Amino acid sequence: MKKQALVILVALLIALPLFAGDFYINLSTQVLIAVVFACSLNLLVGYGGMTSLGHASYMGLASYIVAILTTRYGMGHGATAIISIVGTTASAALFGLIALRATGLSFLMITLAISQVLWGLAYRMTSVTNGDNGITGITRPMPFGVSLESASSFYWFTLIVTAASFAAMATFVLSTFGSSLRGVRDQPRRMAALGYNPWMIRWITFIYSGFWAGVAGLLYVYYHKYIHPTSLSTTNSAEGLLGVIAGGSGTLGGPVVGAALVSLLKNYASGYIERWNMLLGIVFLLIVLLMPTGIVPGIRKLVGRIRGGQK
Amino acid sequence: MQFWIIQSLNSLSLGGLLFLLASGFSLIFGLMRLANLTHGAFFMLGAYFGAVALRTFDGLNFWVVAIGSGLLVAALGGLFERLVLRRLNTNPLGQVLVTLGMSFIIADACLIIWGGDPIPVPTPAYFQSPTRVFGFTFPTYRLVVVACALAVAIGLYLLLERTRIGAMIRAGVDDRQMARAVGIPVSRLFTAVFCLGAGIAGAGGVLGGPVLSAYPGLDADMLPLALIVVILGGVGSLLGAFVGSFIIGFIYTFGSALIPDLAYIILFLPMIAVIAFRPRGLFGRLNT
Repeated sequence: MKKQALVILVALLIALPLFAGDFYINLSTQVLIAVVFACSLNLLVGYGGMTSLGHASYMGLASYIVAILTTRYGMGHGATAIISIVGTTASAALFGLIALRATGLSFLMITLAISQVLWGLAYRMTSVTNGDNGITGITRPMPFGVSLESASSFYWFTLIVTAASFAAMATFVLSTFGSSLRGVRDQPRRMAALGYNPWMIRWITFIYSGFWAGVAGLLYVYYHKYIHPTSLSTTNSAEGLLGVIAGGSGTLGGPVVGAALVSLLKNYASGYIERWNMLLGIVFLLIVLLMPTGIVPGIRKLVGRIRGGQK
Repeated sequence: MQFWIIQSLNSLSLGGLLFLLASGFSLIFGLMRLANLTHGAFFMLGAYFGAVALRTFDGLNFWVVAIGSGLLVAALGGLFERLVLRRLNTNPLGQVLVTLGMSFIIADACLIIWGGDPIPVPTPAYFQSPTRVFGFTFPTYRLVVVACALAVAIGLYLLLERTRIGAMIRAGVDDRQMARAVGIPVSRLFTAVFCLGAGIAGAGGVLGGPVLSAYPGLDADMLPLALIVVILGGVGSLLGAFVGSFIIGFIYTFGSALIPDLAYIILFLPMIAVIAFRPRGLFGRLNT
C-alpha cells in the first residue's frame, strides 16, 4: 500500500512537465530545491540534535562562488561547480570547528552569529559581491551538451539531483554511522563511554550537511540566474528550519513535506500579501505552539490511533 | 589625531549602545536559559517609538520619551513572556524558535507601519553644540550615550549585587532548581527579568536613535553584534557584557573606518579566539 503510493508519487513527479504549465513546473523546481536544503538541515537538527540557525550560509556561499567565478572570471561551469562545492564543504568544516565547541543554545547562537557575519559581508563587500544589487547574468550549465534553459528540462535536472541527494542522505542516516549519530544526540555521555567520539561524529555530520546545502545552493543559483545577499539571510535559514520542524525533524519524509508546504505557502501568499516575513513569523509561532513534533509524526500518530480504534 | 579621538568616541558610544542591548540579553539567557532573538526587534521598536514621539510632539522631553518607550517595550515583552514563552518552558528549542518568529513579526509590522525609509531621531537641542576639551571638539551627544550606558551598568550592578531581588536573580542563574527549592519565586522572577531586559533594550533604542536613526533592518544589524558580545563576554555575566560591548564597539568602529570591506571579518577574530581558548566566554560562569 505504502510502496504503491510511493511509486505513483514518483511517476507523477517524473511526468509532471507533460501535463503542467510552465508556472507549475517552475514552482515544483523551487519546491525540490527547498526540499534538498531542508533535508540537509534535518541531518543536523533532527538526527544530530544540533539546531543551526545559519544553514543558509552554505547555500548562499555555494551560489555566490558560482556567480562570482562565472560572471567575473568567465570560468566554465564544470570547474566552478566543483570549486563551489569544495569551497562550501571546506567552510562548513571550518565553521563546524568553531560552532561545535559549544552545544545547545550556544551552538545556535554561534551559527547565527557566523551566518550574520557572512550576510553582512555579502552586503558590504561591494567590490566582490556587488552588494545590494546582487549579481546578474549567471547562465545555466549544459551537462553533456543538454540545454537546461526550458522550464521542463531544468525541472528534470533538479529532480535527478534531488533524488540522488535524498538517496545519499537517507543512506547516511540509515547506516551504522547514522545510528551512532542518533546515539550521540540522545546519550552523548554513554556514547563517549562506549568509545565513540561524539565530537567527531557531530563534526562529520556538520560537514556532510554543509555539502548538501551547497548542492542546494548550486541548484538555487542556476534556477534564479541571480544572487542577492538575502539568500544568506536569517529569514532563509529560518525558512529551512521551519520546513524541517513543521514536517517533523528526525524523520526522513518530514522535511520533504514541510519544505514543500513552506515553499508552496510562500508562493501562494506572495500573490496576496506583499510581505512574507510576517506570515513566516506567525506560522513559526503556530507550529511551535500547536504542533511541536511536526506534521508527519502527528499524522502517523493519528493514523495509529484510528487503526488502534478499529481493532 | 582628531580622527583617532573621534573614532574612539564613536567606539565608546557604540559600545555603550551594545551594552544596553547585550546586558538584557545576557541576563535573560543566564536566568531563563533562553536565547531571546526578539531582543534586536525590541531595540528597533524602542527606536521607532522614540522617533515617532519626538517628531510628532514638539518639545517633548527626551528622557521622558526614552523611559516611556522603555516601559512600553517592557510591557510588550512581559506580555510575550507570559502569554507565549511561558507555555513552552519545557521546550527550550521551541522558545528560541518562537522568539525568532516574533522578531520577524515585529520587524515586518514596523516596516508596514513606518515604511522603508530611515526616520532620523532628532538630537535633543541642549546636546547639539559640541563640547570642547583640550582644543578637541567632541559631539556632546555621544558622550551622553556613554554616560547613560555607564549609569545603567552601575544601576544593574547595584541591583544584582546589593538588593534582595538581585540575590534571588543570582541564585536563579547559578542553580535554578535549588533556588526554587528554597522558596524563591523563580517564575515571577523570569517575567521581571524579561521585562527588565526588554525595557533596557527599548530605552537603548531611543538613546541610539540620534546616532543610528530608526530604519528597517536595525534589528538585524544590532542583534548579531549583541550575540557576538555575549559569546565573547560569557552568558549570564554583567561584567562580560560590559567588557565585550566595548571591545566589539572599538573593533567594529575602527574596522569600518579603516577597512570598510572587511569590518565584518574582523568581528570574527575575537569571537574565534575566545571560542577556541575559553568557550564559556571571558567572564562566563555558565557552561551551557
